[in-house]
Amino acid sequence: MIFLELFWTFLLIGIFTFGGGYAMLSLIQSEVVTEHAWITAEQFTDIVAISQATPGPVGINTATYVGYTVTHNLGYSEWACVGGSALATFAVVLPSFILVLIICRLYERVKKSDLFRSLMKEIRPVVIGMIAAAAGILITPQNFFHWSSWLLLAGAFISCKFFKVNPIWVIIAGGLIGLAIY
Amino acid sequence: MKKVSLWELAAVFSKVGLFTLGGGYAMIPLIDREVVQKRKWMEADEFYDILSIAQSSPGLLAVNISIFAGYRMRGRIGSVAAAIGTALPSFLIILAIALFFAGYRDNVYVDKIFKGIRPVVVALIAVPVVDMIQRSHLNIWRAIVAVATAALIIFLKVSPIYILLVFFACFFCARYVQQRNRQQQKGSEHNEKEGDV
Repeated sequence: MIFLELFWTFLLIGIFTFGGGYAMLSLIQSEVVTEHAWITAEQFTDIVAISQATPGPVGINTATYVGYTVTHNLGYSEWACVGGSALATFAVVLPSFILVLIICRLYERVKKSDLFRSLMKEIRPVVIGMIAAAAGILITPQNFFHWSSWLLLAGAFISCKFFKVNPIWVIIAGGLIGLAIY
Repeated sequence: MKKVSLWELAAVFSKVGLFTLGGGYAMIPLIDREVVQKRKWMEADEFYDILSIAQSSPGLLAVNISIFAGYRMRGRIGSVAAAIGTALPSFLIILAIALFFAGYRDNVYVDKIFKGIRPVVVALIAVPVVDMIQRSHLNIWRAIVAVATAALIIFLKVSPIYILLVFFACFFCARYVQQRNRQQQKGSEHNEKEGDV
């Protein structure tokens, strides 16, 4: 039953999302692309691109789009795909919803305790590794099929990192260059 | 504090969700303006309190903030309204795009555009990695943990979930040992004092 599996997978992803949307990309990738092989690495790359160029949290956007694509790839109808995307979005938010409500209840005690704060601090190297892996896994022969792909990578990195260009412009520029030269 | 309607709560967070690109941190100033400055739903101090807890909670920052803020204003049902408000615009927009693109997957021009975009995506994910490395002043052990995590995921296809589980086990063991040592230290100090008397 694909919908049950989809729900469970995204629930797991939601439970283990420490370090925000980009860390979530790494989890989604390993569960959906590597583990279940529901979508290809290229499809995942495209989904991330669209999620970054669309308003709203990247994690929500990606979960919605992946939920849709997984159901679509398996040959379900359009309405089932809408259901799949709703299910994935709901499942990914549910764990943090429950946890945050518990934290709200214990607000004063959580404020005094340093458990979460020190956990989030110590987990940072793992999160950095996870996000780096999310980028590393996307360096596939299909995504970098031409030497100019590496120039696009370098150009995008430099303009975002050093010239603080908004990612959406960099994505649009990449698309236009692709349209012109390939 | 006046009672805020659930519709208003959901509407304000939809607006925030709709107008932020990139999500997360980009949302903070917008929430500040809508919730604190314009509507005066909470004091600035309270907002920064919520912000710091949302940042040290697992999950997506934008969603966490909305859940906290909704809970503060209308309790559990308020947090549901705020969370739905945050997620709904993105959900609908992505759905529209997905439905549209489903028909254009094999289009030659769409293919060219995405061939240009894919390397850019890798760069956009790499930027926050470099930012985080610069901000967090990793010592040699933490750097090894970061590199090992990336290597395990990329080359051995280990799921990040297992790596996180191992991390949690280490974290809680270390914390337990630390606390026991502290207690023992306190205990021995106490004994010394008693010995002096």
